[in-house]
Amino acid sequence: MIKKLLNKYPPTKDQLLMILHDIQNNRPDNYVSVSDMKEVADYLNITLSSVYGVVKYYSMFSEEPRGRYIIRLCKSPVCRMKGTFDILNTLEKMLDVEMGETTHDKLFTLETSECLGQCDNAPVMMINEKLYKNIDAYKLSNIIRSIRSNQNQ
Amino acid sequence: MIQETKIALKNAGKINPLSISEYQSAGGFSALKESLKKEPKQIIQTINDSGLRGRGGAGFPTGMKGRFTDEAVCHYCGPKYIICNADEGEPGTFKDRVIMEQDPHLMIEGMLISAFSIGAQKGYIYIRAEYSESIEKVKKALENCYKEGYLGKKLPGTDFSLDLEIRLGAGSYLCGEELTLLESLEGKRGYPRIKPPFPAQKGLFGCPTLINNVETFAHIPYIIEHGPENYRKFGTEKSPGTKIFTISGDVEKPGYYETEMGVTLRELIEDMAGGIEDGEDFQAAVLGGAAGTFVDESVLDTPMGYDTLKEKEAILGSGAIMVLDDSRCLFEMLYDILKFFQHESCGKCVPCRVGTTQLVMMMDQIKSQKNGNREEMLEKMKNEAEYMAANSLCPLGASPILPLASTYKYFKEYF
Repeated sequence: MIKKLLNKYPPTKDQLLMILHDIQNNRPDNYVSVSDMKEVADYLNITLSSVYGVVKYYSMFSEEPRGRYIIRLCKSPVCRMKGTFDILNTLEKMLDVEMGETTHDKLFTLETSECLGQCDNAPVMMINEKLYKNIDAYKLSNIIRSIRSNQNQ
Repeated sequence: MIQETKIALKNAGKINPLSISEYQSAGGFSALKESLKKEPKQIIQTINDSGLRGRGGAGFPTGMKGRFTDEAVCHYCGPKYIICNADEGEPGTFKDRVIMEQDPHLMIEGMLISAFSIGAQKGYIYIRAEYSESIEKVKKALENCYKEGYLGKKLPGTDFSLDLEIRLGAGSYLCGEELTLLESLEGKRGYPRIKPPFPAQKGLFGCPTLINNVETFAHIPYIIEHGPENYRKFGTEKSPGTKIFTISGDVEKPGYYETEMGVTLRELIEDMAGGIEDGEDFQAAVLGGAAGTFVDESVLDTPMGYDTLKEKEAILGSGAIMVLDDSRCLFEMLYDILKFFQHESCGKCVPCRVGTTQLVMMMDQIKSQKNGNREEMLEKMKNEAEYMAANSLCPLGASPILPLASTYKYFKEYF
């Protein structure tokens, strides 16, 4: 199933992280399944365990299905000073999930991240590739609402 | 009142970062053309003479790194590699992001000159995957450079050509450490390597590799163009040049500011960042990120340089400055930092794996005993961290001692 994607890459082990990113970003449920890992291992001629080890090691990869949108809330020291945990509480209530969980409609997964390098705009978060700066409760509800309504259209 | 002095950010905000013609109009690639007329060894000498030190945090002389890579003899392997470390993950640091977003061609030009000086034909830019805007811009800049013939084919009058590729991280802080970054580039888990051998001798795929930080590469075109003497006019004798400081926390205007080395913390906070927010008083600053040091007001007038700060048992590190006003709880800040190390420890070395967890537990204990002997506990933690630093492979194990020892030195009474 992912053959076409794999063929874009030369079959060398150093491509592993790039391939895993590509697979994950092309799945609506944002993860790398064990059968994907097997195909990658065959393609690169490495063991399944070495692919699995990489997926487990790097925090951006997941071997469990996640939501279509991954929320990554920065919890670095500066964002903490500027109220990340209030934001986290608000998000947990708004989405009715706890940190690390996926919403029932499979739309959002709520995660935290180490420093996103936006400390002059703290607190910040990313939703997939998009960055949101200086967030507060008001902005949050707009962001979530607009993603939800786009989704329903 | 101090002013900004811009080398790495000379084009930032002035040109369209995606336009190679605007970069060229601003003098871009003239340093590369000049370099191609010189002997590669001469370039290494020039960089050595400039006194440029690695801007990633460790401050190792860049010219020496170049020389070691150039002189490395490898009998069984062909190529040498050049790598740009753009895996900026140190909390409080965002200077590399600014360079990549606002002037990606400058970094590439620095890489081209360095690659020519050591004879590398292949290179990688390892960017953390969270930096989506940086990735897009560097990607576009690479396309521009291929189109214009700076990359991918022999440069005029030489046998030299360079291929550059972007590679992405995947959320590991540790991969910003150069040897761990190499492991990650090879498609493995981010575990540190034993050193020596250093990357200059045995780096990527076992071949000699020159690996520098984004900001370091961004300084090289200036040095070639203006000469080491002119570069040395900026900064201090032991820390020449400029530095991008990223100031965040309780200041009026958090942001990035490029000034000469040797500027004081007070000048940075007051003249650049507009002073402490809401007229509060300064309590502490954390210099260099999480793997950094707490300082009090006695350091406000110390020139910011690698050696001057070291005398005060503080570090310059990546140039991150997190400012805390007197309403902040230092204890919480230290706790956050120690939890960060616990989370990011890769687990390879036992002293770091167990130690980072123990430090958090000891912090919990201090928290629970309101009036116990906290100072004694802090001293215990410091000893633990010293042991970790001495017995771990990579800088992560050697990091907790930095905030702990500096807290002990400057804020003992606080506990």
